Amino acid sequence: MASRAQPLGAIHWTGAVLAALVALAVLGPLGAVMLRASWPPTLGPADWAAIRFTLLQAALSALVSVTLAIPVARALARRDFAGRRVLVTLMGAPFLLPVIVAVLGLLAVFGRAGWANDLLAALGAARVDVYGLQGIVLAHVFLNLPLAVRLILQGWQAVPSERIRLATSLGFSTADMRRQFERPILRAVLPGAALLIFLICTTSFAVALILGGGPSSTTVELAIYQAFRFDFDLGRAALLGLVQVAICLGAGALAFGAIRGHEVGAGLDRPALPWPGDTRVARALDAAAILAATGFLLLPLAAVLLKGLPALTGLPPVVWEAALRSIILALASTALAVALALPIALLVTRLRRPGLVEGLAFLTIAVSPLVIGTGLFLLIRSVTNPIPLALPVTGMVNALVALPFLLRALVPAAMEAEATQGRLAEALGMRGLARLRHAILPRLRRPLGFGAGLAAAFSMGDLGVIALFSTPGQGTLPLEMYRLMGSYRTDDAQGAAVLLMALTLALFWAFDRGGRLDAVTR
Amino acid sequence: MKHTIIAAGLSVVAGAAFAQTPVLTVYTYDSFVSDWGPGPAVEEAFEATCGCDLQFVGAGDGAALLARLRLEGESTEADIVLGLDTNLTAAARETGLFAPHGITPDGLTLPIAWDDAEFLPFDWGYFAFVHDTALANVPGDFEALAASDISIVIQDPRSSTPGLGLLMWVEAAYGDGAGEIWEGLADNIVTVTPGWSEAYGLFLEGEADMVLSYTTSPAYHLIAEEDPSKTAAAFAEGHYMQVEVAGMLAGTDQPELAQAFLSFMLTPEFQEVIPTTNWMYPAALPASALPEGFETLVQPSQALLLSPEDAAARRDEALATWQAALSR
Repeated sequence: MASRAQPLGAIHWTGAVLAALVALAVLGPLGAVMLRASWPPTLGPADWAAIRFTLLQAALSALVSVTLAIPVARALARRDFAGRRVLVTLMGAPFLLPVIVAVLGLLAVFGRAGWANDLLAALGAARVDVYGLQGIVLAHVFLNLPLAVRLILQGWQAVPSERIRLATSLGFSTADMRRQFERPILRAVLPGAALLIFLICTTSFAVALILGGGPSSTTVELAIYQAFRFDFDLGRAALLGLVQVAICLGAGALAFGAIRGHEVGAGLDRPALPWPGDTRVARALDAAAILAATGFLLLPLAAVLLKGLPALTGLPPVVWEAALRSIILALASTALAVALALPIALLVTRLRRPGLVEGLAFLTIAVSPLVIGTGLFLLIRSVTNPIPLALPVTGMVNALVALPFLLRALVPAAMEAEATQGRLAEALGMRGLARLRHAILPRLRRPLGFGAGLAAAFSMGDLGVIALFSTPGQGTLPLEMYRLMGSYRTDDAQGAAVLLMALTLALFWAFDRGGRLDAVTR
Repeated sequence: MKHTIIAAGLSVVAGAAFAQTPVLTVYTYDSFVSDWGPGPAVEEAFEATCGCDLQFVGAGDGAALLARLRLEGESTEADIVLGLDTNLTAAARETGLFAPHGITPDGLTLPIAWDDAEFLPFDWGYFAFVHDTALANVPGDFEALAASDISIVIQDPRSSTPGLGLLMWVEAAYGDGAGEIWEGLADNIVTVTPGWSEAYGLFLEGEADMVLSYTTSPAYHLIAEEDPSKTAAAFAEGHYMQVEVAGMLAGTDQPELAQAFLSFMLTPEFQEVIPTTNWMYPAALPASALPEGFETLVQPSQALLLSPEDAAARRDEALATWQAALSR
């Protein structure tokens, strides 16, 4: 780990200030909603049931996602084949799609009239009902498996190939590899990945409702909707927002407490071959894992593509304008997110209890966008007219929401860079910017590219708070897609979904690829 | 995009510089202002006569609109709120933010009498279960639906105005027996979606035989897509109505303009835009003036509608019944 004696530099203090601002950006709006509420607010039995159900489905979703991600990530780390890179990028698509598009794609495969059920029926088996808790978990796994795979894959790729070669020459068995490499990797990356997915799933709204099948699948987010819209009980909405804060901090403490750092150097984005202890069975299992994941993740996307492609060329001009607006918004959000994430990540590497600060940043995904959006609206409104600010505010909120993903990609890499390069830099007397530029940043290129790609894609695909502020002529691509759906124009909406999917993936790919350029040219 | 930002910036500056052009701000739901909704045509038509700048502000759906207004309170910029329905007007009236419109509406073509000092209707529709014409054994009422194995998709009353409409439909038709109807329907319901779009999307994807929508929904498929394969099931209990209304704010700085807009709302220029943009019945247009295709739509035997006060009073209990019956 980093040498603790080092004083904090300007960049770390910047990180501390930014982290405080991020926490304020979440807690401020929450406070603003609370101030408008009549006290004391109370939670009814239905709210507690919603909290219990939310924790259950989110924990199950996170658990299943990371468990399934392990064999897939391991297989991708150990095998090389034509199209591997493209596959890794494409597999990320479900995570980057607007929820409703992903859900419709998923239902085209697993729904009552889906391909899978048609196949079952053709084989004479009973059709499977996807709606219920199993449907929620299925959809959350579909949406988050790619993220889990990428985060775990990063852990594997951090193992330097020299060490693998050493292990090979020492005649390591599969069990040796597991003990020496794989368990430490998983211990370092699994808790963070599980936490991230757990928190994403706690604010799930449309997925949980559509696939949940009815009111017994009520989540906290729906309870907040009800408090706002149905009962106009701001106090209950704010209180439920506070419950989300508590869940985030509690889960954060648990997960970060479980992380055990490991000291390995940075590696190249090449599968370490040959993997010691490789057998024919291992090869077959890896192939099976990759094939299964590919089918599960790409079939629904193929369904979206098949339905939308015919409408793509005939899309009305307003959709293309919205697409351009969304791209610019995504780039601005990404720049802001990176500017926030880098100093905070560097600060985190210097702290004795790094989980605390990162946990604060995680609040941005753990607290209801409806509460934050409404609070921001109230705050801005007390100063100026919020309507012309719809796009900048959406961009800012998108950057905040992307922050945890960037941090999760950056922090482990930054810790490693400090661990492996810090001492050398220290010995050379490198300080401040020089140290950052020559010793740390080169080691962060890849996670930075990956994280920035996630941030850009997220900002592109998410509806965000624009829906709360919307005015004519300011629509983003997801908003226009929803508007098409809401006015019966299903074909055009499916075309817009394909456009959105293509642009989002292209943005993600550009950043992700940019971060790996050094590895490729070396 | 850059142009949009610059334009937005300029319009703020321009708004200050050319203050002599009065601005009328109308809060409405998002799909009204979208390029496919009535907003653009209505704006053009009204601005041609009013010598003013009509500015729409979109906010989610009807319920989100009311929440927005409650958040803003008396300091709201809105002069007009357009797009609440009668399930929401009691709560809207209770805020005390609305002023009497002072208009005697002539030529309303609603199937019910209208007498409301604050709110005027601009369109309406009947809730109905829409299905494919190929569907066999179409149920004729809720009891037949509950007894059948026909699958339906509905919307959540807590997050959707059609969802709330269905809740009120069963309540108006069955009163104390509503719980039994919901228990019977539980196994027909494939799922409950957050909003209309998701439910309709699932129906079009073939996830259910029927979807809660409007009797006017088939008109879209018929007129815009030349597809006659969708129709609505006529229910013997009668069909609950959604009446969409607008009202002017007491705190408006443009009372004459606001009143002029409400009057304009009931003229053919506004009303003729409604059928093929909002896909609802206009509130003040004779049936003979409706576009071709509307005459093919199902005509319910009876129009059901709870008064705003009744709807507000019975809402919470109806929701509890719904939740209990469907959570089993």
